[in-house]
Amino acid sequence: MKGALVRQVIIIGSGPAGYTAAIYAARAKLNPLVVASSVEAGGELMNTTDVENFPGFPEGIQGPDLMTKMQEQAERFGAEVLYDDAVELDIEGPVKRVKLGSGKVEEADALIFATGSAPRKIGIEGESRLSGRGVSYCATCDGFFFRERVIAVVGGGDSAMEEATFLTKFASKVYIIHRRDELRASKIMQERAFKNEKIEFVWNSEVVDILGDDAVTGVVLRNTVDGSTSELALDGVFVAIGNDPRVHLVHGKLDLTPEGTVWVDGRSSRTSVPGVFAAGDVIDPTYRQAVTAAGSGTVAALDVEHYLAARGEAGEPDVRGDQIENLAGADATV
Amino acid sequence: MTAKATTSATWEQDVLQAEGPVLVDFWAEWCGPCRMVSPVLDEIQSEHPDKITILKLNVDENPDLAMQYRITSIPAMKVFQGGEVKTTIIGAKPKFALEQDLAEFIG
Repeated sequence: MKGALVRQVIIIGSGPAGYTAAIYAARAKLNPLVVASSVEAGGELMNTTDVENFPGFPEGIQGPDLMTKMQEQAERFGAEVLYDDAVELDIEGPVKRVKLGSGKVEEADALIFATGSAPRKIGIEGESRLSGRGVSYCATCDGFFFRERVIAVVGGGDSAMEEATFLTKFASKVYIIHRRDELRASKIMQERAFKNEKIEFVWNSEVVDILGDDAVTGVVLRNTVDGSTSELALDGVFVAIGNDPRVHLVHGKLDLTPEGTVWVDGRSSRTSVPGVFAAGDVIDPTYRQAVTAAGSGTVAALDVEHYLAARGEAGEPDVRGDQIENLAGADATV
Repeated sequence: MTAKATTSATWEQDVLQAEGPVLVDFWAEWCGPCRMVSPVLDEIQSEHPDKITILKLNVDENPDLAMQYRITSIPAMKVFQGGEVKTTIIGAKPKFALEQDLAEFIG
């Protein structure tokens, strides 16, 4: 019987939004499956160290530890976590299908899309070629390897200032390369960077090439005011020019906003397709916090519950639903 | 059989003078993606115990080797044969992708 079981909800993504949705959905006995990704399970917090602003942890907590705890909490209530990637979605009909990297197809009555965001790339040839060879998108992951080296951070926002300031713990010198002559970063972050003796600003400049055969040796800069080009010798380049929502799976399937995030109806998690809900950074161009993502995951799970209840009341044949309830009821903890 | 650890002290013997291919996984406690790739490497080791030796090197405890091999991002996996680096893999990948990268050694 279990082989024929169709789930009530599949959650794609395993950051704070995905796991919080899983906790709620599991407690509501919706038998959630979390497609956690094969290598990025846990999401962006897996690449952070101290998380000091998640309520309930007055001493702070390591990002990976927080995500492990969220996963354990979801599993405790029966959520199933799969370390695989969603590679294709079929979401138009009443049964939502998710094709996995393994080739297997999972089905459910509803889908929560919580794929988060990915660091934006500059989009030049040397960048991808030298990624992991001196080009990095994560100061906390890779800063350690640049002790007494000369590096640059590309960007002008809060995260660029934060990364540059963090990297001065290791590097002998940190350039901040920015396209304009003023920063987008908040005052407090700017001041922190201006005051740091190891940081030097390179204004009105964009990186047009990254140099090096098997390791970064420098960058080519173009002055955005007079168009002149110059070279800057470097051992590493940290790119901090923002994040893009991961929406490639739903292009042409779900409506997007002008910012590129998945469109949702007001404060709900309802997307343009019935039965498909979205949560976390993938719907949020503004706040992008672990806590707001978790709250957004909660909204999605509650919306799914409401959607399935309404569908049930509408008298749709839902034999599978009864089976699932029986199965879930057997080891209910709440 | 899971992957064992190596250190600066045993590097020469474990890696450079080893007979068959040796994959070294450069990792650290604070590296989230390293946690993902570690069990996958254990699996690959137990599936191919005769073809490849997989060793883990903690970069915090052995910064000299991380420096020497110009590691700038982890997880970084290098396959040594006859004391030379034959293949470098950077970043956590799913098992099938790692198996593809290692096909000439475990295929």
